[in-house]
Amino acid sequence: MRRALPFLLLAVALAAPIHAQTALPPAPYADRQLDDPALEAKATALMHTIRCLTCQSQSIADSNASMASDMRSEIRERIARGEDPEAIRAWLIERYGDWISYKPTAEPILWPLWGAPVLLLGVGGALAFRRIRKHRKGSA
Amino acid sequence: MIAETGLAALWLAAMLAGLQLLLAWSAVAQGNDDARRLIRPVAIAQGVLTGLAMALLILLFIRSDMSVYLVAANSHSAKPFIYKFAGAWGNHEGSMLLWVAVMSVAGAAVALFERELDRRTHIATLGAQAAISLGFYAFLLFASNPFKRLDPPAVDGQGLNPLLQDPGLAFHPPTLYLGYVGLSVAFSFAVGALLTRAVDARFARAIRPWVLAAWIMLTIGITAGSYWAYYELGWGGWWFWDPVENASLMPWLAATALLHSATVLATRDALRAWTIMLSVIAFAMSMIGTFLVRSGILTSVHAFAVDPTRGSFILALLGIYIGGALALFALRVHTVNEGARFDAVSREAMLVVNNLLLCVILGLVFVGTLYPLLTEMMGVRVSVGPPYFNAIIGPLAIALMAALIFGPLLRWRRDETGAVLRRAAPALIAVVLALGAVIAFAPRPVGWLTAFGFAAAAGVAVASIAPLWKRNLRRTPLFTYGMVLAHLGCAVSLAGMASESAFSQERLAAARPGDRFEIAGTTVAFDSVMPIAGPNWTAMQATLTVSRNGHVIGVAKPQARFFTDPPTPTTESVQMTRWNGQLYLVLGDALEDGRWQLRIWWKPFVTLIWFGGGLIAFGGALALVGRVRRGRKQGRAAATMAEPGAAIPAGATA
Repeated sequence: MRRALPFLLLAVALAAPIHAQTALPPAPYADRQLDDPALEAKATALMHTIRCLTCQSQSIADSNASMASDMRSEIRERIARGEDPEAIRAWLIERYGDWISYKPTAEPILWPLWGAPVLLLGVGGALAFRRIRKHRKGSA
Repeated sequence: MIAETGLAALWLAAMLAGLQLLLAWSAVAQGNDDARRLIRPVAIAQGVLTGLAMALLILLFIRSDMSVYLVAANSHSAKPFIYKFAGAWGNHEGSMLLWVAVMSVAGAAVALFERELDRRTHIATLGAQAAISLGFYAFLLFASNPFKRLDPPAVDGQGLNPLLQDPGLAFHPPTLYLGYVGLSVAFSFAVGALLTRAVDARFARAIRPWVLAAWIMLTIGITAGSYWAYYELGWGGWWFWDPVENASLMPWLAATALLHSATVLATRDALRAWTIMLSVIAFAMSMIGTFLVRSGILTSVHAFAVDPTRGSFILALLGIYIGGALALFALRVHTVNEGARFDAVSREAMLVVNNLLLCVILGLVFVGTLYPLLTEMMGVRVSVGPPYFNAIIGPLAIALMAALIFGPLLRWRRDETGAVLRRAAPALIAVVLALGAVIAFAPRPVGWLTAFGFAAAAGVAVASIAPLWKRNLRRTPLFTYGMVLAHLGCAVSLAGMASESAFSQERLAAARPGDRFEIAGTTVAFDSVMPIAGPNWTAMQATLTVSRNGHVIGVAKPQARFFTDPPTPTTESVQMTRWNGQLYLVLGDALEDGRWQLRIWWKPFVTLIWFGGGLIAFGGALALVGRVRRGRKQGRAAATMAEPGAAIPAGATA
């Protein structure tokens, strides 16, 4: 069921034009900023790292899709209630899967992603260093 | 008839490419004189034929010939002229034809204009260019024929994606392709030089203008693409680390590294094998970029699996050419000796640091872009986006800027640490001052990455003009000015990025006509909303009067557009540019209670990002002109000195 959820949501979101015509109340904080600028900044920062599930390569902060609007509203409300942004991210991942967060988690399958910078810098740096050292010895 | 002529021209060109390859083999391996004479005209004819095919496809789009499948699927008779024209490459087949056309025209240019290379390497290079062209001809003719007929013809076309109906589209893909495919020339040079064992300073001098030209085009293409995304997508961002963006960034990073290592090779005859390696990597990145964008793999691995023909074709070409080049490299690398030596404190060493950092950044963009595809194949969908790239690439880019402060101030071969620090002192003072100013005076606290961004920008700005210090400005060569401007452009661009990310202000509002909003000392008055109609769209247009201290400074009319063929809503944002930044205005949807969504941003100094990009490209262009001119001059001087020897055919030395 958890796997099917994104697709169900997708189906709901694709039916957005129908929603627009019904009298459903719009998500209150979809496009309304929080009064406290510090909280709003927190919410915006988080929204920029949450993927819009119905768009291609967009964060929910940048999308007009109705599902993104709902999520923006949800995030602002939770932030206003004092929840921690990373806790909200965890909650979203719990519901929609890792795909929703543009910030890769620290799960084992992603270790290579975080290891790559260290590995590349290490190996590349060692190669370059050896080369320069060798040159110096040769010229001395 | 036009479509058939185009297809025939393509087949002929493909046959000529085959002939070109055979001639090159015969000339280089067997010393055949006739083959040597024939190869240049063949390369030129091939370029003319593919140019003709491209022109014919454009003609079909302009005429809205709905009996051609591609036109019917991607164009519409009601489209404005410029988008019919540009629509020719706004689709898969057309863009691949553009790719092939640019590739063979570039080959023809190598045949016509290249004078620096020795004759034998020149011919081997043309052979290599023909070999890669052949693969792409096959791809075009067998897997993506742009001239396919539609029987019966369609009544009208299905239209072009409205997001692409923008002047930006007319020029963005062609410049990017010129860059991508220009790197194929660097690849062919590298293969040619490996084949004839001629990897030396002369080879580097020959390859440099071609790499420079490709790099300028990539720079323009990326800058224009970033600005296009910024104003057309209407969300105020200028870079999202989207796979498509990364696909264009990766060849640029490789080309930037190649440009710098070719300079070391040309000036000091060092880094021979590494420069060859980078030439291969740069073109590999071009092909990977094309694969990513053209195979549909980015939407989803599964979308790719449903129709893998095209993707597999490009992947096979990638394997054959890059694998082949690497195998050749492995076979020949022992004949390429290491080249001249240098000290740890020298310009060469700093350029090695430059190459190291650029390649690590390239590697990480590569890993970050492809990793989600890898995990998806293992059944786990993850996203790798701005939080990853900013956190990882940001510090590396700052380190690269630090290297840029010292690089141009170092002497070749060997330098004294104390002397370098004295020369860099003004730049280092600028770094400290900028850092202090940001910490002390910023209206709100900024992250350390942004603070260092400002500091690095200040340091690079000062250091970049330092090479002109105490020099006779009129006798300073043009390419030095080019370097100075390009490096200054990095500082300008970086300052814009730091300012945008640190000090942007956003205002979201549900507004009724008559409402007023304050942002960054500016007042935006929402006057009215009116429906209007364009050639193939209708729109709601807001009128916003922008004033400052009671003086009206402009009227903005952002639109929420609705295109009819195909039906798509888009936002037409308005940017009001001031000397110190941009006001960015977007009209959103109508709400039930008669109010309208408005999004207003104030982005201080955001335009510096693209202005810097333009400066980098302009610096590149100056360097190109300077290098070509000097090459001509030296070529003439060498020719007059070696007059009697010039008659000996180049092949005789082999």
